[in-house]
Amino acid sequence: MGWNRKVLRVNLTTGTCSTEPLNMAWADKYLGSRGLATKYFVEEVDPKVDPLSPENKMIMTTGPLTGTMASTGGRYSVVTKGPLTGAIACSNSGGFFGAELKFAGWDQIIFEGKSPKPVYLYLENDKAELRDAGHLWGKTCWETEETIKHELHDPQVRVSSIGRAGENLVRFACIVNDLHRAAGRSGVGAVMGSKNLKAVALRGTKGVSGIKDFKEFMKVTAEKKKVLADNAVTGQGLPKYGTQVLMNVINEIGALPTRNHRDVQFEEASKISAEAMHEKRPTDGKAHLVTNAACFGCTIACGRISEIDKGHFTVQNNPKYWGASGGLEYEAAWALGAANGVGDLEALQYANLLCNEDGMDPISFGATVGAVMELYDLGILTAEAIGVDSPFGSAAALARMAEMTARGEGFGKELGEGSARLCAKYGRPDLSMSVKGQEFPAYDSRGIQGMGLTYATSNRGACHLRSYTVASEVLGIPVKTDPLATEGKPELVKAFQDATGVFDAAGICVFTSFAWTLADIQPQIQAACEGDWSLEKLNEVGERIWNLERQFNLAAGFTAKDDTLPPRLLKEPAKTGPAKGLVNGLDKMLPEYYQVRGWTPEGVPTEETLARLAL
Amino acid sequence: MRVSFKLFATLTDLLPPEREGNVVVLDVEEGTCVQDLIDRFRVPPKSAHLVLVNGVFVPPGARAGRRLMDQDELAVWPPIAGG
Repeated sequence: MGWNRKVLRVNLTTGTCSTEPLNMAWADKYLGSRGLATKYFVEEVDPKVDPLSPENKMIMTTGPLTGTMASTGGRYSVVTKGPLTGAIACSNSGGFFGAELKFAGWDQIIFEGKSPKPVYLYLENDKAELRDAGHLWGKTCWETEETIKHELHDPQVRVSSIGRAGENLVRFACIVNDLHRAAGRSGVGAVMGSKNLKAVALRGTKGVSGIKDFKEFMKVTAEKKKVLADNAVTGQGLPKYGTQVLMNVINEIGALPTRNHRDVQFEEASKISAEAMHEKRPTDGKAHLVTNAACFGCTIACGRISEIDKGHFTVQNNPKYWGASGGLEYEAAWALGAANGVGDLEALQYANLLCNEDGMDPISFGATVGAVMELYDLGILTAEAIGVDSPFGSAAALARMAEMTARGEGFGKELGEGSARLCAKYGRPDLSMSVKGQEFPAYDSRGIQGMGLTYATSNRGACHLRSYTVASEVLGIPVKTDPLATEGKPELVKAFQDATGVFDAAGICVFTSFAWTLADIQPQIQAACEGDWSLEKLNEVGERIWNLERQFNLAAGFTAKDDTLPPRLLKEPAKTGPAKGLVNGLDKMLPEYYQVRGWTPEGVPTEETLARLAL
Repeated sequence: MRVSFKLFATLTDLLPPEREGNVVVLDVEEGTCVQDLIDRFRVPPKSAHLVLVNGVFVPPGARAGRRLMDQDELAVWPPIAGG
């Protein structure tokens, strides 16, 4: 078995912890992590629940390959109802926390209720206890992790925590583990904050046992690691340049959203690219990038560790930010940079550090800053209202807004509501570049048509990690398709959505999909888990997960009307680049997508589809 | 005629020292094709993965016959990905 077969249930209202067996019938249908925890969640939680109420639950969950020798097998997910979207939320993180949960002997932790006072969960193998966190409340994620390790006298404890953003219920607050890895999207950190749960600290010494066919598992995981090592992307490109290598190519094809999607190309893209991270700064002669880094069990090592320019205005009087730390990754560099017209790499790293330190999703934060800068540009918001002059391109405004939002000061409280609520408040809901309330990541769907359908139909709001058709439309993985065409995209999006669900449910990183297909994962799962895990079955698991999430969202009140894009992307043509003159052709793709999915024209799974998927 | 030639990621070092960032501006003869410049700068065939002229992908089979025009921008990447 790849599962520990054990679930910890933590009732925060009563302060009690209990153990229950993992539902193996569900594991057989949903595999693990995103899939299995979503099944638990929809069975236990009213879809209409207020995400920030005690009635919402939050599940920290692993997959059967988490903690094993499978490459990248260190992932864990947080499943809940998201306060940014009101939709199902599943945020996935690397680092070492997920593997430690498996080593302690558990598959997942279900948190329910609300603690009357701040607490943290300490889990040491079978021992689980809620501890007072009064002294941690008000601390950053970095301070919290350091304090917990110190007071437990154990530097090897793994900690996931919220910073002040989560405490202040910032709707895009994330949960940070290992200092700079995060369950980042949809505001899962605010749910944790609403429960007065400051942190989860883990110590597991049991290792992983019970792999079904250990000899075969070691053989096949070694073979598949070689596939990653021999692949030019996962073996060379990602370790050396990280995800930020996309900055120039996405700009070149005219799909880099710039200044709140007013433009599709950023004239300073090269300054915030992966290549720029390698260049020596004229100020101190050092490159921004220090080294790459890997999460648990990862043989790719795409992570970036960087050092900010100590003389930069953001940190010159603040030595605590001078050390090497996480970032920049592509999404953060885009959201904090191009989305706001800011081409100052050091300022982006500073804002990124604040996001890591206090637990904020840099995508939603950066995109919300972009919306604020447009409202400022239009004269709807003033410098007095915001607290800082905020023209597009202002690194000072970006830095100040990051500080205000992280600390919950002044206008930062409004920023913390996210762009959809903020823009609606000021009478311009059309200026929020979001779907279902969640801000876009770094691909403009006028220049990459399939991503428009991806965003519109994503179960957790706009997201690239639910169907990364960029791989095919731009990068030629597994085959090159035309980014400006709508033909064939419904099938492509469905295929990516379903396959991604399996990668997530298995407990491995979706970046392996640049070299692996499901056919590479299948023998690893087959060797690890009891039961028959054919390719057909895994495909069905992915499709089942997608439909389960869809059903939850429909029951929560979403309809086909929510499967859309902001008017800017549907009505304002791209001004430059290959997509010049184009809008996103969602109207051509969406009806066909519903058909391909086996849904009604209203976007509801048919009885036949539900029966086929045993839902 | 004058074209911009760009090499990125692990190909950056194949550009001459006078490069500005990832770009060199070249004076080339009329009729110069995409593949001509790829060969001139000794880009290994396997590394000429993503080849764009003015942002539009040129498939491998079309590169030898695709003539560059004045002010064109030719950009080449090895296999890359991110997210």
